Amino acid sequence: MYSEKVMEHFRNPKNVGEMKDPDGVGEVGNPVCGDVMKVYIKVSKKGGKEIISNIKFKTFGCVAAIASSSMLTEIVKGKTLEEAERITRKDVSEALGGLPPVKEHCSNLAADALKKAILDYLSKRGKNEGGPERS
Amino acid sequence: MHTIQSRVIYLDNASTTPLDPRVREAMLPYLTERYGNPSSIHKVGREAREAVEDARRKVADTIGASPEEIYFTGSGSEGNNLAIKGIAWANRSRGKHIITTKIEHKCVLNTCHYLEKHGFDITYLDVDEYGVVDLEQLKSSLRDDTILVSVMYANNEVGTLQPIKEISQILKKRDIYLHTDAVQVLGKLPLDVEKLGVDVLTLSAHKIYGPKGVGAVYVRKGTRMDPLIHGGGQERGLRSGTENVPGIVGFGTAAELAKNLLLEDKAKFERFSEKLINEIPERIENVKFNGHPKKRVPNIVNFSFPRVEGESIVMYLDLEGIAASTGSACTSKSLEPSHVLTAMGISPEVAHGSLRISFGRFNDEYDVDKLLEVLPGIIEKLRKMSPLG
Repeated sequence: MYSEKVMEHFRNPKNVGEMKDPDGVGEVGNPVCGDVMKVYIKVSKKGGKEIISNIKFKTFGCVAAIASSSMLTEIVKGKTLEEAERITRKDVSEALGGLPPVKEHCSNLAADALKKAILDYLSKRGKNEGGPERS
Repeated sequence: MHTIQSRVIYLDNASTTPLDPRVREAMLPYLTERYGNPSSIHKVGREAREAVEDARRKVADTIGASPEEIYFTGSGSEGNNLAIKGIAWANRSRGKHIITTKIEHKCVLNTCHYLEKHGFDITYLDVDEYGVVDLEQLKSSLRDDTILVSVMYANNEVGTLQPIKEISQILKKRDIYLHTDAVQVLGKLPLDVEKLGVDVLTLSAHKIYGPKGVGAVYVRKGTRMDPLIHGGGQERGLRSGTENVPGIVGFGTAAELAKNLLLEDKAKFERFSEKLINEIPERIENVKFNGHPKKRVPNIVNFSFPRVEGESIVMYLDLEGIAASTGSACTSKSLEPSHVLTAMGISPEVAHGSLRISFGRFNDEYDVDKLLEVLPGIIEKLRKMSPLG
C-alpha cells in the first residue's frame, strides 16, 4: 500500500525533533483524528533573499503522516520563503511516489504546517519591524 | 543478490491463521483426484458427499451440536449475514426489532445498518470500560416485537467475552432468537451450544488453522431462517451452491484438531498473554491495557500507547519481522479510531495508539520475547517524534 519512498522516509525520517529559538512554528491536525504535525523553521538571509536555512518537525500519526513530514523538510531546506510558501500537499505526495487516497486528506498535512510556520514567522517579523501584521 | 528470508513472527492470529499441515494433508486429495460434486449420485460424487458429511460431524462435535444443525458457508461474514438477515426476513411478520451491540464486527454492524434501511429497528447496546455488554440495558430494550438478539461471544479487537449464557437466561420463555458470533472463540475456549443456550452461532475455518473461504453456522432445529443464496437447495436449502469440498474437509480437520489440542493451545496462550500483560507495562511507561482482565479469550491482548499512532507501531514492528495489528482502522478504508475502543469510553487519541497482539498454535516463547525486546524501542522512537505532550 505504501511506496518504497514512503517507507524509506518512515524508516529513517529526516529532520525530526524540536528547534531551539525557531523563527516560526506551525502546528496542524488534531489528536482526535490521529494526526498532529508541528513544523519549526529557521530563516536567514542569503543574497538579499530570505531562505529557510533549517527546518525540524514533530509528528503524531501514521506512516503517511511521518513520511510526508520528513519529505517536506527535505524539499523545503534552502528554499526561499516565496518558493516554500508555494509548496503544496500534492508536491509532497508526488515526491513520495504517491500516497493511498484515504491518506491524502488526513495525513498529508505537512505542507499546511509549513504554511502556518511561515505565517508565524512573517507575523513576528512584522511586529519586530513595526509593520502590518500578516495573519 | 541473495537474501535470506527470515521467519516472520506472526502475532496476528485473530486476523487469520496459517494452515495447519495436518489440515493441508486432509485437503489435498479433494483438490486433486477426489473432485466429485457431493450432489452427484455416482461413486465420485458419493465420495465427496461422505467427505462433506464427515466434516459436518466433526464441526458439530466440536461445539456440542448435531450434524443436521451445521450449515457450511463461504466465510464468517457470510455466516453472520445469514444469521441476521435470514432470521430478519423469515420472522418479519412477527416483529422488526433486533438488538445487537456497539462492538460487533463490521459484518454484523453493516448487516444491521442494511436492515435499518429496510424498515427494521435496531438497538445497539453499550458496553462498559472492559467491553462487556450492559445486561440491564438489554432487559430494558426488549420489546414485544423483538425477534433477534445478536451479541458476539468474544470481541475480535480486545478479546472480551460477553455473558452469552446470562443473555440466553434473560431471553428464556420469550420468542426471541439468540445469535452469537463465535469465530474468535473456537479453539481458544470450550464451546458448547447447549451450555450457551444460543439458537444460532457463527464459525470460521481460517481462524482455526483451516482454509480461507469456508465458515459454518450452527442453527438450532426449528429456527425460522431464510436463505441468502437460492439455487439447487444444497445445505438443506439454506445455502445453495456446490459445496466447497476441499474447504469443508479442511474445516472438519481443523475443528477436530481445535478440539483435541484445546487444552494445550489454551495453556500456551494464557502463558504468553500473561507474560505480555505483566511485562509490557514494566518495560514501557504510560501503557493502557484494553479489555477485561479475566473475561477474555486467552490469545488476544490489546494495549494503548498514548502519544503514538497504532499504524506506525505496526509498521515499525513489520520492519522488525513481527506481524501484529492495530485496533484503530487507520490501515483500512477508514481513519476513524476503533469503534470498539471508543464504545469502551477510551478517548479517540488514546484509541489511535492501540496495538493488538494475537497468539496462535505456531507461536513459541521466542516470539513473545522478541516482541518484548523490540517494542520498547519502537514506542520510544515514536514518542520522541510525537509533538503531543
